[in-house]
Amino acid sequence: MATLKLKNLKKGFEGLQIIKGIDLEVLDKEFVVFVGPSGCGKSTLLRLIAGLEDVSSGHIELDGRDITEVSPAKRDLAMVFQTYALYPHMTVRKNMSFALDLAGGDKAEVQRKVDDAARILELTPLLDRKPRQLSGGQRQRVAIGRAIVRNPKIFLFDEPLSNLDAALRVQMRLELARLHQELQATMIYVTHDQVEAMTLANKVVVLNGGRIEQVGSPLELYHHPANLFVAGFLGTPKMAFLKGKVSAVDTGGCEVSLDAGLQLALPHSSAALKVGDPVTLGIRPEHLELATAGQPGLSVTADVSERLGSDTFCHVLADSGEPLTVRLRGDLNNPYGQRLQLHLGAEHCHLFDANGDAVSHALRAAA
Amino acid sequence: MMTLKQSRRLQSVALGGLSWLIALLIFFPILWMVLTSFKTEIDAFATPPLFFFHPTLENYIHIQERSDYLHFAWNSIAISFSATILCLLIAVPAAYSMAFYETKRTKQTLLWMLSTKMLPPVGVLMPIYLLAKGTGLLDTKLALIIIYTLVNLPIVVWMVYTYFKDVPRDILEAARLDGATLLQEMLRVLLPISKGGLASTALLSLILCWNEAFWSLNLSSSQAAPLTALIASYSSPEGLFWAKLSAVSTLACAPILIFGWISQKQLVRGLSFGAVK
Ligand SMILES: Nc1ncnc2c1ncn2[C@@H]1O[C@H](COP(=O)(O)OP(=O)(O)O)[C@@H](O)[C@H]1O
Ligand SMILES: [Mg+2]
Repeated sequence: MATLKLKNLKKGFEGLQIIKGIDLEVLDKEFVVFVGPSGCGKSTLLRLIAGLEDVSSGHIELDGRDITEVSPAKRDLAMVFQTYALYPHMTVRKNMSFALDLAGGDKAEVQRKVDDAARILELTPLLDRKPRQLSGGQRQRVAIGRAIVRNPKIFLFDEPLSNLDAALRVQMRLELARLHQELQATMIYVTHDQVEAMTLANKVVVLNGGRIEQVGSPLELYHHPANLFVAGFLGTPKMAFLKGKVSAVDTGGCEVSLDAGLQLALPHSSAALKVGDPVTLGIRPEHLELATAGQPGLSVTADVSERLGSDTFCHVLADSGEPLTVRLRGDLNNPYGQRLQLHLGAEHCHLFDANGDAVSHALRAAA
Repeated sequence: MMTLKQSRRLQSVALGGLSWLIALLIFFPILWMVLTSFKTEIDAFATPPLFFFHPTLENYIHIQERSDYLHFAWNSIAISFSATILCLLIAVPAAYSMAFYETKRTKQTLLWMLSTKMLPPVGVLMPIYLLAKGTGLLDTKLALIIIYTLVNLPIVVWMVYTYFKDVPRDILEAARLDGATLLQEMLRVLLPISKGGLASTALLSLILCWNEAFWSLNLSSSQAAPLTALIASYSSPEGLFWAKLSAVSTLACAPILIFGWISQKQLVRGLSFGAVK
């Protein structure tokens, strides 16, 4: 059992506010990912939870107990650092048993736990090596092993994969997902990589500038971004944004006239929406397609294409100069420089008001 | 025509020769001192200087008869080691806090500490002499231990600080999360990681203490006098006896040279790179 509650948590460094009031609940056995651009305060938030930084104000509760003032040594949390932070003068075995040795655990029992963790992580043949004799991936596994051995209430990960090469990163990502299943542990994971967030999390917390933008399951965030920031942050290639104005409103929908030159009836509505309001329409690459003859479409000029084999991501420019990305078939000829007509499926569009907040979608809200 | 390989080899031979020459130049005064210590006083004065002569032990015998070498050597050892240990005991926590809990004033503090080394010691001779006298510490080892500790503290703090700076913070934080207390964090993680740097710092402090002459000459006479005072006693008052002076200097340098030689592996490692990367 491990649940964590953050209550209006704030942190500043030398007068500069970095964490600006975070309220969050982490449930037992949950895999929570903090994601956000570099410098948004993810690491700081994690370090506040770990107790490595003192909070400026607010409270942290672990299993109902206020641990805001408890030292990191007594919080019973384990952290895996981006730099691995292995003890360079100790063998892998010693690295993994260090915490239990400090706690004065029974020697045989400690050995057994280290051996178990080593087996799970396939580190058994490396137990007597020093960290400098290991590759990056192996070091990362030792760092994870060091956390597992302790059987902590919560695992904290700070960008654990960002020092690994691409292939290893994918492999370790899978291993972490498997580990979460096997250990049935509560994990909090920090990353700036939205793919890691999407693939690993039960619950994604999107942070920006020290505030939470949105919390939800990966697909919730993907399909129902609460604002422009979340919409633009999750998904690769990024969602395209087209500016426009509301030209008509009625119950259950509205009509938008885009600067790029298209009138579109959308199933989005809100009480606050008025004719003439500036809005932003968002659409993902997979929801754009080439218009069939006679279909009203958005005229664009094709720029470069990225061909991945399975798909082609074609970058295009609308007449308003706004860039869009279209996912096309993998075997398509390069349309560079051509004029294309794109069909925007109204049901897939996202609409954001002048503040950047999502206007709710009548059909999806019901679903 | 020289091939590239040949010219490379020539270059490395030339560089090697040059290094030997420089090393010899630096080492020459010590070599000359040791040689002179085995000459008679007459030979020691000879012009042109003698490279070949009948070696004699008479200088060493004379010194042994006139003064108790072991008494001075023991003072040197006791004072140097005590001062070094005391200095490290103060410097390690100081450097720890400066390296890992840096504040706006840390850099200034470091500079200020070093700036105290710019004051000529003789400028504070009077007050310190009077303090030592007033507290009854004149001519005691304790007085020299305290003075040496204070004199070397800035350099030692500075060096330890630099070595600690090389230790990634994350490692100490990992230890903290692993349940280590402050003391365990230092003794089981930080100090073992920086032991190379600490060893070279300790050796440097030992050498500085061992060779210190100003304070030992002024604050000790017989009871607490270390080897530097013994050397000084062989200079002016009885006229210059080069051979005996060389012999006593050789005796004074020998222990620290041998000690330094034995620990040079540690020293070089400590000076050339941080312990972690
Ligand atoms: N110890 C510190 N002192 C001063 N500023 C800090 C400190 N730690 C982090 N910051 C600042 O807080 C901001 C957020 O940092 P961080 O939490 O590391 O971001 P992230 O992990 O999301 O990239 C950055 O602008 C950084 O400069
Ligand atoms: Mg970070």
